[in-house]
Amino acid sequence: MNTGTASGIMEQKTRKGIHAPLFALWAAMGSMVMMFGSLTSAYIVRQAAGNWLEFRMPDIFYYSTVVILLSSVTLHGSYWAFRNGKETMYKLLLPLTVLLGIGFIIMQYQGWNILYSIGVALDGNPGGSFFYVISGIHAAHVIGGVFALTVAMLHAFTLKYKPTEKRRRRFQLVLHYWHFVDFLWLYLFLFLLIQ
Amino acid sequence: MSSSQQHETDVLIREQGYDDHFHEHHHGDKFQSNFITHYIFSQDHKIIARQFLITGIFWAIIGAGMSIIFRLQLGFPDDSLAWLKPLLGKWITINEAGVGALNPEFYYALVTMHGTIIVFFVLTAGLSGTFANLLIPFQVGARDMASPFLNMLSYWFFFLASVVMFFSLFLSTGPFAGGWTAYPPLSALPEASSGSGAGMTLWLVSLTFFVVSVLLGGINYVTTVLNLRTKGMSLWRMPLTVWALLVTAILGILSFPVLVSGFFLLMFDRGMGTSFYLSEIFVNGHALENVGGSPILYQHLFWFLGHPEVYIIILPAMGLTSEVLSVHSRKPIFGYKAMVYSILAIGFLSFIVWAHHMFMSGVNPFISNFFVIFTLIIAVPSAVKVFNWISTLYKGNIRFTSGMLFAIGFVSMFISGGLTGIFLGNSAIDIQLHDTYFVVAHFHIVMGIAAFFGMFAGVYHWFPRMYGRFMNETMGRIHFWVTMVGAYAIFWPMHYIGMAGVPRRYYRFDTFDAFGHFAGLNEFITVAAIIVFAAQLLFVFNFFYSIWYGRKMTTQNPWGANTLEWTTPIHAGHGNWPGNLPTVHRWAYDYSKEGAEKDFIQQHLPLTDKEKAEAENH
Ligand code: HEM
Ligand SMILES: [Cu+2]
Repeated sequence: MNTGTASGIMEQKTRKGIHAPLFALWAAMGSMVMMFGSLTSAYIVRQAAGNWLEFRMPDIFYYSTVVILLSSVTLHGSYWAFRNGKETMYKLLLPLTVLLGIGFIIMQYQGWNILYSIGVALDGNPGGSFFYVISGIHAAHVIGGVFALTVAMLHAFTLKYKPTEKRRRRFQLVLHYWHFVDFLWLYLFLFLLIQ
Repeated sequence: MSSSQQHETDVLIREQGYDDHFHEHHHGDKFQSNFITHYIFSQDHKIIARQFLITGIFWAIIGAGMSIIFRLQLGFPDDSLAWLKPLLGKWITINEAGVGALNPEFYYALVTMHGTIIVFFVLTAGLSGTFANLLIPFQVGARDMASPFLNMLSYWFFFLASVVMFFSLFLSTGPFAGGWTAYPPLSALPEASSGSGAGMTLWLVSLTFFVVSVLLGGINYVTTVLNLRTKGMSLWRMPLTVWALLVTAILGILSFPVLVSGFFLLMFDRGMGTSFYLSEIFVNGHALENVGGSPILYQHLFWFLGHPEVYIIILPAMGLTSEVLSVHSRKPIFGYKAMVYSILAIGFLSFIVWAHHMFMSGVNPFISNFFVIFTLIIAVPSAVKVFNWISTLYKGNIRFTSGMLFAIGFVSMFISGGLTGIFLGNSAIDIQLHDTYFVVAHFHIVMGIAAFFGMFAGVYHWFPRMYGRFMNETMGRIHFWVTMVGAYAIFWPMHYIGMAGVPRRYYRFDTFDAFGHFAGLNEFITVAAIIVFAAQLLFVFNFFYSIWYGRKMTTQNPWGANTLEWTTPIHAGHGNWPGNLPTVHRWAYDYSKEGAEKDFIQQHLPLTDKEKAEAENH
């Protein structure tokens, strides 16, 4: 809209040495932590009240966990390659990450189907409902991440390769968010496993 | 400030200010010249502040108007309300004798909407939205928010939330009617009451948009304060307004997502057949299938937001009050650091007291003890702040402007309401007081009235900064005195009614043997409420009248204040300072400093040699 002024205002962003958009992302991640923290606390509170369905987590969730952890590794590799002038590797690992991300979501979906087939229903005992809701809301966050990765990928393939400071920072945003949803899943996975 | 001093300020900023190369990018606001991008989809924090304020005023009129209607019902339960038929339509039923009665279901809807509107739309969006936007960039010396675009979105999500909620008022089944806290089962079962269907669905949609708005705004405010302060503006030089707004934003970022979790589970219960909050319920004689849910779980999730939310409402008002008190006492704020630590302590403690709203819900009494202790501890930083405000006034060279009157009124209200909180915080006393008018009196005085007073103090004080004109002082003073006396007249008697055990949210009391004798008091309260409402209309008139016809502001710094917003041109463009940003050399409270030629020294003025020598000796 008012690009003239806006860019003048953007100029201010690094005044205090911290990159403002990255800082804002971290604040947003703090708010997501609170959201998942409250969901898992609600889980504990409700579970303590008894009448709770116990079931074994389908194996596919173990595999999906490996997949999303792997995607963090590939993304970090891509970021490293981007910074160190390894263009091919950068352009190779980024789409791979996207694929792993999509793979994760498909596997979660498969997992829900398996759960349903063994009699754990969304509208049944809260023990099952919580599992669906927590993993479902997490999956929604991953889908957001896949979109961000896709944008990063489009940048990689449409813009001429240039590891400028500006593009590094843009990449960094995706990188941090993706690591975040990854470790968030690790926490949720272990939480649901131990419970 | 005379025009020569104003010139001095401009020269000083030009010569010593911080050059952020604003000029090279600032090609005049050529894209802002049309009406749509300048006034509607504006990204300028100053315009967005006004948008929040005016939307807040709109909602305040509706929310307060609703309270007048249900107060009429409570004060005069037998009188005819037929004259409201043109406004309320089918919600007024007229019997053969021609006496119009308010539909009881709609009475609940009015009480519910009154709470929702005032708490979220007026005192959260209208208050933080307005003053965080107006003051944060100005007072930290920034061109605008970290992301002007997200900031604009924050307003438009609030607007969307407003549209949805407003629409819900006109549903044929009525808006949601289960109380502003939306406890299940009334909120979880669409068939539970007429407002629980479409009304509740829209309530949830609206508040979800609202939370998005709060998060977008809050993330922006925190980022701006922590990253975009001008040169020399260290954290310990920030005015208390900025500190308060910063902590408010942090509370919002951390607590609203928890409400969203609660809402998600509620949505699943409503739409997907889950039983998070529902168990063994009969509706219209039919047993529902849901088993295993816990309505208390919702209360935990709600109040985990709900209690920080009351501080989200009061902290900005505290910040505004501190600033206005100091400026108009011509004295430094007393105990600046203690004020900051109190704000931080209140912010922290507000997260670990939520169950004091649930003492009577059957939670374990041992757990209650834990919450009693933390609840009572909150009184300590609160008392520190009160002490400091009063000490700031002590021996001050006080100027009783309308803004100052409201700031003093804030302190009075905060004391009165805070004291009753200490009664409620004891779980044993709460057995008698819970869900009575005592609670209503407590939170209206400490939150409702006090936060409104802080907001009024802010509006009167910063009106010139927003509109380049002053509000009318005579009308302002009438507004203050009527509101001050009237608010006590409304809420003081409610304590007695509450101690007698009169429950809140009932439709009428005259039919109860135990409560019937309060009829006279209830009439008195209603009359007082009508008078106070009329005084608010005077404020609204004054506000809009002054935008166009108020006395013009002729100097940049009419109050002789130290903060940076008073160093910008009267009609500042987008970017706030035309050239360099001011560099900050001192804290915001150098008022009546010994040896200084004036009774205020603005933050961008360099230290004198004497001050430098003193600083070195420390
Ligand atoms: C000294 C500090 C305070 C203490 C000890 C305190 C204590 C309490 C307690 C125990 C209750 C629950 C009463 C019940 O439902 O039975 C309560 C209700 C409430 N308080 Fe406070 N309070 C304090 C200050 C505040 C402040 C500063 C605000 C807002 C700015 C506030 C807003 C509210 C609200 C909104 C409710 C009622 C909510 C509802 O049930 O609808 N309180 N307070
Ligand atoms: Cu509380």
